[in-house]
Amino acid sequence: MEPLIDIRDLRIRARTAEGQDIEIVKGVSFSVRRGEVMGLIGESGSGKTTIALATMGYARYGCRIAGGTIRIGDIAVTSLDEKGLQQLRGQKIAYIAQSAAASFNPSRPIMAQVIESALIHGLMGEAAAREKAISLFRAMAIPQPETIGNRYPHQVSGGQLQRLMAAMALITDPDVVIFDEPTTALDVTTQIEVLKAFKEAIRDRNTTGIYVTHDLAVIAQIADSITVLRHGEVQEIATTSQLISNPRHEYSQKLLAAAEPALRPSPVTDRQARPLLRVSGMSAGYGLTGKDGMPAVPVLRDIDLTIGRGRALGVIGESGCGKSTLARVIAGLTPASRGTVTLDGIDLAPGIAGRSREQLREIQLVFQMADTALNPKVTIDEIIGRPLTFFFGMKGAARDRRVRELLDLTRLPATVQHRFPGDLSGGQKQRVNFARALAAQPKLLLCDEVTSALDTVVAAAILDLMAELRRELGLTTMFISHDLKTIRAICDDIMVLYSGRVVETMPAAALETGRHHPYAGLLLGSVPALRTDWLESTEAASLQVQGVPPALSSGGCAFFPRCTLAEPGRCNTEVPPFRDYPGGIGAACFRLAAE
Amino acid sequence: MSSTTIPARRGPMAILARTGRMIMPAIVLFWLAMAFFGYWVAPYDPAGIQDADLFEGMSRKFWLGTDYFGRDMLSRIVAGARYTVGISLMATSLAVASGVLLGLAASAIGGFFDAAVSRFLDALISIPSKMFGLVLVAAFGASIPVLVMTLAVIYLPGCYRINRSVAVNVAALDFVAVARARGESTLYIMLREILPNMIGPVLADFGLRFIYVVLLLSSLSFLGLGVQPPQADWGSLVRENMPGLPYGAPAVIMPAIAIASLTIAVNLTIDSVFGRHTREGVR
Repeated sequence: MEPLIDIRDLRIRARTAEGQDIEIVKGVSFSVRRGEVMGLIGESGSGKTTIALATMGYARYGCRIAGGTIRIGDIAVTSLDEKGLQQLRGQKIAYIAQSAAASFNPSRPIMAQVIESALIHGLMGEAAAREKAISLFRAMAIPQPETIGNRYPHQVSGGQLQRLMAAMALITDPDVVIFDEPTTALDVTTQIEVLKAFKEAIRDRNTTGIYVTHDLAVIAQIADSITVLRHGEVQEIATTSQLISNPRHEYSQKLLAAAEPALRPSPVTDRQARPLLRVSGMSAGYGLTGKDGMPAVPVLRDIDLTIGRGRALGVIGESGCGKSTLARVIAGLTPASRGTVTLDGIDLAPGIAGRSREQLREIQLVFQMADTALNPKVTIDEIIGRPLTFFFGMKGAARDRRVRELLDLTRLPATVQHRFPGDLSGGQKQRVNFARALAAQPKLLLCDEVTSALDTVVAAAILDLMAELRRELGLTTMFISHDLKTIRAICDDIMVLYSGRVVETMPAAALETGRHHPYAGLLLGSVPALRTDWLESTEAASLQVQGVPPALSSGGCAFFPRCTLAEPGRCNTEVPPFRDYPGGIGAACFRLAAE
Repeated sequence: MSSTTIPARRGPMAILARTGRMIMPAIVLFWLAMAFFGYWVAPYDPAGIQDADLFEGMSRKFWLGTDYFGRDMLSRIVAGARYTVGISLMATSLAVASGVLLGLAASAIGGFFDAAVSRFLDALISIPSKMFGLVLVAAFGASIPVLVMTLAVIYLPGCYRINRSVAVNVAALDFVAVARARGESTLYIMLREILPNMIGPVLADFGLRFIYVVLLLSSLSFLGLGVQPPQADWGSLVRENMPGLPYGAPAVIMPAIAIASLTIAVNLTIDSVFGRHTREGVR
């Protein structure tokens, strides 16, 4: 059968800031048959989005399509003029972007935006378009399909907005849909709903698609075949099942290995290790503190946790659950309004001003975005050297030697010492981030999403570095992440946060076994597995009530609105107490206690 | 999209823009040089009455004609640059320096200090600047130090607003949080972490602020409240030569052209320096 999308020897060039003209897509060819989905996978800078955009005849500012042909059916996209491209886009070919929130106009109701392209192309009348939109909302399993179109973008959740954007793309019945990382910005529990909706829509409409992502497990659910890209070149094209079971190219094997991070053995296996950090009854948030000791906007409530000397605690939860605030409270950046933080048997003052320099030295933070965590106007030498001067009074040659030691420890070349953060790659910046924290010789290292902004292969190397540092320096770490696989790979214990409360604690080994809190169970079941039938077989989507945005409730279990096991009358009125269960699991749930 | 370099723009506007990019900084440098050396470069004694008629036209002897006393206009304008540029430069430096410091402090300290400073300066903003200038000059007399202070106080609140908003954005970044968590002093955070990351906006603001100060100083002088005779800045030169208007004397228009050339040149220079990054921002 003739392929619907046929891309031959596509070359795209870009002009850099220095005025150089470089080739960023180097002769890529692939084709997609009607009704199939091609996955484009690769790390950032591999050209995957650039290729996907080129399929619509579009090149970003400063880029241009320099050679090759792109055909969609019998249309040669590369030889169309501006008017022809306008006809093509939105009608024959539609685009779903990574951030739906940024792609909707906040000042217009959703419905007007969803039907806009159908009206522009004059495909149907407004009434017919509305009707079609509503049927698409239904197909996408969006709650309240009849009325949701009257709302404004900020009034619906992120996962719903992403599905509304898919409805917007499908309204003109395009031949080709381009998915550009449409679930990357979503929580795993939301991602699963969106993936299911996408997959069904693709199957029902016999849509041909190009799906761009960096996540192999996600693409395995949707795509029929996968193109592996690196530095603008095709490494391998294979059917999805073939790529997963038997990758031929060396780079594909590397990607596959990084997708399922190996467990790094823990240097301290004793769960009863002497505690280094103890947090008890801690509440924190923003705004003025009330009479009861609770802040106006509470983010964390009644947090208890201990981390044993040399052990690693993983903190997991979805965005907005308060996990970053937890790190800030322990570091003193956000003073706790209630409860205590004890390090090595000594109670710490809630704020930085009340802590001694020695106490501040013992806790170091490593932030998520290396781009914003390093001052761009300061050399690496000064970034790493400052804590040495500040805490230990090191100067001159001694400081210089120690900076080089730290660079070596974090596997950075000595040549970066006198360069600026802007000259370094993402992975290198994150290593500098670590080196700065280690310069203070901390007892406790708080790592906030340190691998989230990195490509999987680079992230795996950072995880290796962390495991090594734990082994060599005996560091105690708290590792905050939204990614269960990463946490599982590096941590000894796991703590699950939901809406500012601890809902479960467990040893990492109990993750796959044992009975869990419904939210922890949902979280576990929502992580895509690296096999093609995972989306059909998983029960995770049925584990939650659809489409209710989570809110921090004070009376009752915070997970109540989304819990399918909830017992009305009890779960929504009383806060479930925290209890211990077999296998070292501790959880706050009435249902778990009843069984 | 089809050639290796972005094609050069054509047409009269583009040519104007390109030559402007070179000529404008030259004009700025010229006036700056005149502010320092104008007194010695002037062809005649700026205060000396020459052997000429009042309000003479342009001639080979007096390039820009003569003023109401028969003094050489070119010399008076060149010498006046000292006051217009000098006073404006001092006042702007003072306003920007204190605006930067207060903005930095407000963003680094935050809380009550931030609120108090912001509200106080907001109150100052609400007073119309010319009225405020008139009152201050009327109360303290029109000496040069008073003029500098008045102009600085008038432009401080706007300066503070801009610098605070830039500093607050930088202060929210993670590297500042790391420095705080390390226990660094507020002064260190202000000067070493935040300030280096706001140099661009501060310089752009300095240039624009300078233009406003030049215009306000000139209008105060025009009203007779600015630089007082025998000293004369460009605003006073326009004022004192007003009687020449019916004779079509160049003495009236020339100082005004000087004001216009300085402000436009500064404005376009800033545009070409700070606007270029965003226009040609290709990764």
